[in-house]
Amino acid sequence: MSALLARLVASRLFWPIVMLLVLFTINLIAFPGFFAVTLRDGHLFGSLIDILRNGAPTLIIAVGMTLVIATRGIDLSVGAVAAISGAVACSIILGSPEPANPATVAVAVTVALIISLVLGMWNGFLVAVLGIQPIIATLILMTAGRGVAMLITEGQIITVNSPPFKALGSGFWFGIPIAVIIAAVVFGIAALVTRRTALGMFIESVGINPEASRQAGVRARGLLFVVYTFSALCAAIAGLILTANTAAADANNTGLFIELDAILAVVIGGTSLAGGRYSLVGTLVGALVIQTLVTTVYTVGIPPIATMVFKAAVVTIVCLLQSPTTTEALSGFRRRLALRAGKGVAAS
Amino acid sequence: MTQTSVAEPVIEMQGISIAFPGVKALDGVDFRMFPGEVHSLMGENGAGKSTLIKALTGVYGIDAGTITLAGDQVSFSGPAQAQAAGISTVYQEVNLLPNLSVAENIMLGREPRRFGSIDWRAMRRRAAALLEGLNLDLDPGSLLGDHSLAVQQLVAIARAIDVQAKVLILDEPTSSLDADEVAELFRVIRSLKEQGVAILFVSHFLDQVYEICDRLTVLRNGSLVGEYLVEELLRIDLVQKMIGKELTTLDDLEQRARSVVVDESDAALFVNAEGLGRRGAINPADLPIAAGEVVGLAGLLGSGRTELARLLGGIDRADQGELAIRGKVTKLRTPRQAISNRIAYSSENRRDEGVVGDLTVRDNIVLALQADRGWFRPIPAKRRDELTQSYIQALNIRPGNPDALVRNLSGGNQQKVLLARWLAIAPRLLILDEPTRGIDIGAKAEIQKLVFNLAENGMSVLFISAELEEVLRLSHRIVVLRDRHVVADLENDGLTVDSLLALIAEGSSDDEVPDASAGMPLAGAAVPAVPAVPAVPAVPAVPGVPGADRPHDSAASDTDPTPTDPTGDPR
Repeated sequence: MSALLARLVASRLFWPIVMLLVLFTINLIAFPGFFAVTLRDGHLFGSLIDILRNGAPTLIIAVGMTLVIATRGIDLSVGAVAAISGAVACSIILGSPEPANPATVAVAVTVALIISLVLGMWNGFLVAVLGIQPIIATLILMTAGRGVAMLITEGQIITVNSPPFKALGSGFWFGIPIAVIIAAVVFGIAALVTRRTALGMFIESVGINPEASRQAGVRARGLLFVVYTFSALCAAIAGLILTANTAAADANNTGLFIELDAILAVVIGGTSLAGGRYSLVGTLVGALVIQTLVTTVYTVGIPPIATMVFKAAVVTIVCLLQSPTTTEALSGFRRRLALRAGKGVAAS
Repeated sequence: MTQTSVAEPVIEMQGISIAFPGVKALDGVDFRMFPGEVHSLMGENGAGKSTLIKALTGVYGIDAGTITLAGDQVSFSGPAQAQAAGISTVYQEVNLLPNLSVAENIMLGREPRRFGSIDWRAMRRRAAALLEGLNLDLDPGSLLGDHSLAVQQLVAIARAIDVQAKVLILDEPTSSLDADEVAELFRVIRSLKEQGVAILFVSHFLDQVYEICDRLTVLRNGSLVGEYLVEELLRIDLVQKMIGKELTTLDDLEQRARSVVVDESDAALFVNAEGLGRRGAINPADLPIAAGEVVGLAGLLGSGRTELARLLGGIDRADQGELAIRGKVTKLRTPRQAISNRIAYSSENRRDEGVVGDLTVRDNIVLALQADRGWFRPIPAKRRDELTQSYIQALNIRPGNPDALVRNLSGGNQQKVLLARWLAIAPRLLILDEPTRGIDIGAKAEIQKLVFNLAENGMSVLFISAELEEVLRLSHRIVVLRDRHVVADLENDGLTVDSLLALIAEGSSDDEVPDASAGMPLAGAAVPAVPAVPAVPAVPAVPGVPGADRPHDSAASDTDPTPTDPTGDPR
């Protein structure tokens, strides 16, 4: 039993999960109906559902980000890519004679995703072929991307009236928010593809020791291309959900700072920014922590001015708990306890 | 010796115990060092040497026991404290910053200051003075990364002696140095010794230990075996104390290696390099290797032996000459291409270019095989486990846990994991660059036997080692390099360490053949002088390589080094 506990505490996921439970508890105290999930008009309703739905875009981007970070990289351009994909989809729908036709929406979404693939390959090209440091390489698209989105929307906020498109953000399918379903599918595909094939091992291997991986015959260049392209694809999907939710493409604000939330989710989930071992489940927990935090701000009634400080405090606590020094101190403490217990047994 | 015996020890560690989860790394070990002595810590990998050093330098906290430094009981909570107290360490693998200058590396953390900012001029001056004291002709302003590993090691030592050290710990300082550099280092050690510094010298080279050390402490499996005066301990006894069992030799192996006739007709050549070279690394060289042949590359560090091997392994691209594989001219652009041609290169730089530390033993072993198959065709989990298990058993990898992270394994076991990775791709040519460097004699002998058995089963091996004795024992043919040229290509028939040394040294007329007493590790290679080969339990039955398990003579007395020992050690 204690061994199980020890393994649990040693797990990378221990503190993020504890944090999540603490946040849930705070919410429950402030709002006793927090865990209640009801069926209304055939749709699931409740705070937990809201958290899942509102957290979906961050989670989707964080999944792509996890793989990028595992290769020792980072992708700062995801927010801009989200804005571009939203802008592209909305302008296509707006320009079409039948905005409410599902076929129009399908075309718009497909074009937006294809463009994001091109953008991801651009990042991959800069990093893998030209060897530019990932933070610089993706910074280019981060700044330029919003400009591109601006050009597409011609500086306007494009509002569309297309129920099938809006459904992507706020619709339901068998009672479950479509955004949540999309996030689950993205997460599931990423987990399956990386862990069922050798892709995950190669990503970690390149992230830990690029030269050793090269000498072992791992093709790092192709791998980086795949990873950055996937990240951009995730960003585009998230951008579509965000845009559909408000039914408006806003080049300046869609996905603003979402790269930071995504990076935070990855880090809270226990994947090191130094690359190497990654945990998609950790990222899931991280994304939930961040979204629950936002919800908590509302349920507890923290004044909007204090929101940022509150968020910062929680993130700081999680990071402190996960720091190598804390981990070391805790494991040393446990070891001494175990040693003492062992001696006690021997003496008796 | 006598005055050190009556003096107070500068370091006294008593009853040191350290436990890691599941392992008792040190169990009640006593250890002491006197001022002005060179002390060696001996033991196989996993004996607890590194752990004891880390306890002494404050890297690990101790669970039980006391540490007394110059009469005061101390307790270090980190390396910085230990260093401030006068205990300096130079680690086996250079832990410096290649992107900073030599001077910055030497003075890092204690830069001379003026008005609160770094006094660059004073810093350079002091670094230059230190380098001069080491007789190193080195520009303090040059980037550290531009220098060879050996020079970086000497810079690390310069850094360590700049601190007013009472105790200087050198952990495998000579593993990447050539004979001249070792002699240089020993000169420095002797002068520090005269200044009263206690020096802890850890090395796998017995000859070096016998040459430089006054006293040694033997550890085995985390326990103290004993403390001895070097001049009173026979080598053979030392080795027995280290491994805790009787010795046999690999002499029969050597005899067989030399008697094997290899078919060297063109048809049987597995690879044939003609004029293969790369500007700035290796001049055009010819190197034919037949199937089943073991070719040894001999030469000093920087002679081009690694550079030539890297061309064959596809690690670097050749810009001259051509390489034929099975008679077909092939351009190797990437290691991947070499691997798909069944050529595996096992790097000398295990940590940076070999193992992937944060991956498990299993992942490390299957990595190259999987990379060759491509990511979308994963090796089935069951097959992966079988493969891992069979190599763990065949190569005796410890701990035998496929899920252990490789970085937690000892150096010798990391090397075996790396070997397993290459064997898993069933190579036709295996290039082993210093596969036995820095690992204990038990693992060393296991790897040597493995090489021999692989060759018997038709695999070609290109073998590089600084220990000529090892090269002589295993190779059918020996190619000698000097100053980036191939200078000789000889059948290993009647060759001796001395004749090889002559070839290696020839041409630099002002330099004679490195003096035997100074020329570690090369001189240490004199065959009879190294009885340091323990009995190897059954030859590993490597999958696909039927192990040839033959009994050995346990004729340890045959190898008694006394009569022919060229090092003139005091025994």
